[in-house]
Amino acid sequence: MAALEQRSMEIPIPAQEKELFALKMGPQHPATHGVLRLDLFLDGETIAICKPDVGYLHRGFEKIAENKSYAQFLPITDRLDYIGAMANNVGYCHAVETLLNIEVPERANYIRTIVAEMSRISGHLLWLATHALDIGAMTVFLYCFREREILLDLFEELCGARLTTSYTRLGGVRQDVSALFMDNLTKFTDDFPTKIADYETLIDTNRIWLKRTQNIGVISGKQAVQLGFTGPTLRGSGVDYDVRKHRPYCVYDRLDFQVPLGRKGDIYDRYLCRMEEFRQSVAIIKQCLEQLPPGPIVNDDAPDLIMPITPQRKVAADSIGSSGIIQLMEDRNIYMEGDVYVSTEAPKGELGFYFVSDGEGRPYRMHIRSPSFIHIGGIPAICEGEMVADVIACIGSLDVVLGECDR
Amino acid sequence: MAEINFTKLLVHLVVLVDVVLLHVAYATYFERKVIGHMQMRMGPTRVGPMGLLQPIADGIKLFFKEDIIPAAADRPLFYAAPIICLVAMLSCLAVLPFDPNHVLADLNIGLIFIFAMSSLASYGVVLAGWASNSKYSFLGGMRSMSQVISYEIAMGLSLVGVMMMTGSLNLGQIVAAQAASPFGIYAIPQFIGFFVFVVSMLAETNRVPFDLPEAETELVAGYCTEYSGIRFSLFFMAEYIGMIVMASIGTICFLGGWNGPFTVPYVPFFWFLLKIYAIMFFFFWVRATLPRYRYDQLMDLGWKFLIPLALANILLTGLMKTVLE
Repeated sequence: MAALEQRSMEIPIPAQEKELFALKMGPQHPATHGVLRLDLFLDGETIAICKPDVGYLHRGFEKIAENKSYAQFLPITDRLDYIGAMANNVGYCHAVETLLNIEVPERANYIRTIVAEMSRISGHLLWLATHALDIGAMTVFLYCFREREILLDLFEELCGARLTTSYTRLGGVRQDVSALFMDNLTKFTDDFPTKIADYETLIDTNRIWLKRTQNIGVISGKQAVQLGFTGPTLRGSGVDYDVRKHRPYCVYDRLDFQVPLGRKGDIYDRYLCRMEEFRQSVAIIKQCLEQLPPGPIVNDDAPDLIMPITPQRKVAADSIGSSGIIQLMEDRNIYMEGDVYVSTEAPKGELGFYFVSDGEGRPYRMHIRSPSFIHIGGIPAICEGEMVADVIACIGSLDVVLGECDR
Repeated sequence: MAEINFTKLLVHLVVLVDVVLLHVAYATYFERKVIGHMQMRMGPTRVGPMGLLQPIADGIKLFFKEDIIPAAADRPLFYAAPIICLVAMLSCLAVLPFDPNHVLADLNIGLIFIFAMSSLASYGVVLAGWASNSKYSFLGGMRSMSQVISYEIAMGLSLVGVMMMTGSLNLGQIVAAQAASPFGIYAIPQFIGFFVFVVSMLAETNRVPFDLPEAETELVAGYCTEYSGIRFSLFFMAEYIGMIVMASIGTICFLGGWNGPFTVPYVPFFWFLLKIYAIMFFFFWVRATLPRYRYDQLMDLGWKFLIPLALANILLTGLMKTVLE
C-alpha cells in the first residue's frame, strides 16, 4: 500500500490539462543542450506545466566507481561535465585525497587552481556561446569559440588532451607546466579582458537582449536555496555562497577574488554574474601564475595509477632498506573507513563527491552531487508561466550539461 | 501579331525568372561570405575558386535529396504549400521596374499587387504548418500568420506617405516622380516612413530579429520542419526572392530606383542592383548582430509602436503637402 502511494509522487495531471497543447521538446531538439526532454503543456504559447525528463545519457558512473580503484575512476570524471573536465578532475581528486588523507604538494595545488579556473572560463565561454545562440545572437557564439579554442590548445599543451583531460592524479598532477604553457597562458590572461568587453558590446545593452532576459525566469534567493541551486545560478539570486570562499580548497584561501552577486535573480542577473566570473577567474589565474612556487608536483606517498584494490603497504625487502627492492604487504589499515562528502566549485555549481569506504582501494558506494541534475529540477519553478521562447533562455541561464546530470 | 507578343513575353519571363534565381543562389553565397567575415571565419571556400560554385553544389544536393513526407501529413496541401509560396513571390517580380524600359507588367496598381502577393506567400507558410501535422510546424505557421498580418499593416501604412507624395501606385511613376522631387530620393523627406518600412521589411521576410516562424532554437525549423529536399529548397528560394522583392520595393519607393548620381552606360539597371544589394547587405548585417525577439514582444512592437508611427507619418505628410501647396 505504501508502495502504491509512493508511486503517486509523479505530478498528478489536472483535469484541465487535456485541453492544453502538449509539446514534447527534446531529446533531439536543437536547443536543449544535449538530451534533455521537456514535456510542455502549453496554453497558447504560455507554459502551463513543464516536466523535465532526464536519463537519456545515463551511463551508470556511480556503479562503475564501485568496481574500480580510486585512481582508475579518474578518467570517467572527465565525462561528467564534459565542458569542464579539469574542474571535475580537481574536485574528484580533492575528495579522494580527503578520504585517503593524502597531502598535495604546494606547486600541484597552484597548478590545480589554475586549471580549475581555466576550465571555469572555458565552461562559461561555452555557456555564453550557446545561451546567446539560443536567444538568436549568432555572432557571440563564434567569438566565444575563438577564445575557447585558445584554452583548449593550452590544455593540449599541458596534458595532450583537449576535452577529456584526466590531468590531475591522486596526490598531485600528472605533468608539470611547460614554459610555453606559462607564456601562452600569461598572454591569454592579458588579452582576455578585452575580449570580454567585445562580447558585452554585442549584447550587454542590446535592447532585444534586455527584453529577452530582464524580469524573465525570476527566482528569489529563498526559492533558489530551497531548490538546492548552487554556483552562479544561486548567486544570480543574490545568495552569497561559493565553495571557494566558504570551504576553501587548493589555494583559494590565499587568493584575492570577489564573488559576484545578482539582485533580482532573473536571466540577466545570472548572465551578469557569469560575465563577472570571467574577470575574477582571470584575476585568480594571474595571482597563481605570480605565486607559483617551485617544488614537486606529486606526493611521493600517493597511490600509484595502478592502485591495488586490496590495500598494500610498500616495505623494503631487506630489513635495512638499502637494497632498494620494495615489497608489497597487505595492510587493511591504510585507507580510512567511513564516509566523507567533499565538494568543490565547478563551473556549473557545487560538484560534490560522497564516498562510503570500507577500507578497500575502491569506494563501497559513491554518489556524485552534480549541480546540473539539481538545476534541472528547478526548471519547472522557473519556466511555468513564461512563454515557449523563454524556456530556451531559462535552460540556457541555468547552464546545464546532461552528461553531468545523468552521469 | 498576338502570337509574337506572346513569344516575346514568354522569353522575357523565362529570362527574368532565371536571372532572379541565379541572384537567389548567389545571394546565399553573399550572405554566407558576409556573415562569415563578420564572425571571423571564412565562409564557403571549397567548391570552386573562393567557393564560388557552392550555391550550385547546394542546389544539386537539395535536388537529389530524398523527399520525405510524414505519414500523417495532409498530402495535397503539403505538396501545394511550397509551390504557393514560390509562385506568389515570383509573381511579385512581374511588376518590378528594373530600369525605365524593363518591366514585365506595367500595372497601375503595382504596389498593391505586391502587397497582395506577399500576403499570399504567407498563406503558403500557414498551409505548410497546418499540412505537416507536426506541432512545431503548427506553431511556426501560427506565428507566421499573426506576424505577417500585423506587419503587413505597418508596411502598407509606411508606404502611404510615398503614395501621397507621388499620387500613383505605379512603381515606374513612383521612381519618375522621385527623380523630380527636391532630394531625388524619398528616404529623406519620408524618413519616418523609411524607418517603419525597414523594420517591417525584416518582419515580412521572416528575417532576424523577427525570424520567429522558423526560430530554430525554439521551434526546430518552424513551418518547414517536416520538409526536405527540393520542397524545402522551394521555401528557401521563396524566402530569398521575398528578400529581393522587399529590397526592390525599398529601392523603388525610398531610394530612387534606377536613378543614380551618374548614368552608367550600357547597364541601365546598375544603380538598381547596387541599391538592392546594399539593402541585402543590411539584412545580413542585422542577422549577424541582433538576437531574436520574443513572439509577444514582436506583436507589441508592431501594434504599439510601428503602426502609430506610420499613422503619424501619414498625418505629417498630409500637413506638409497642404502647407507647401
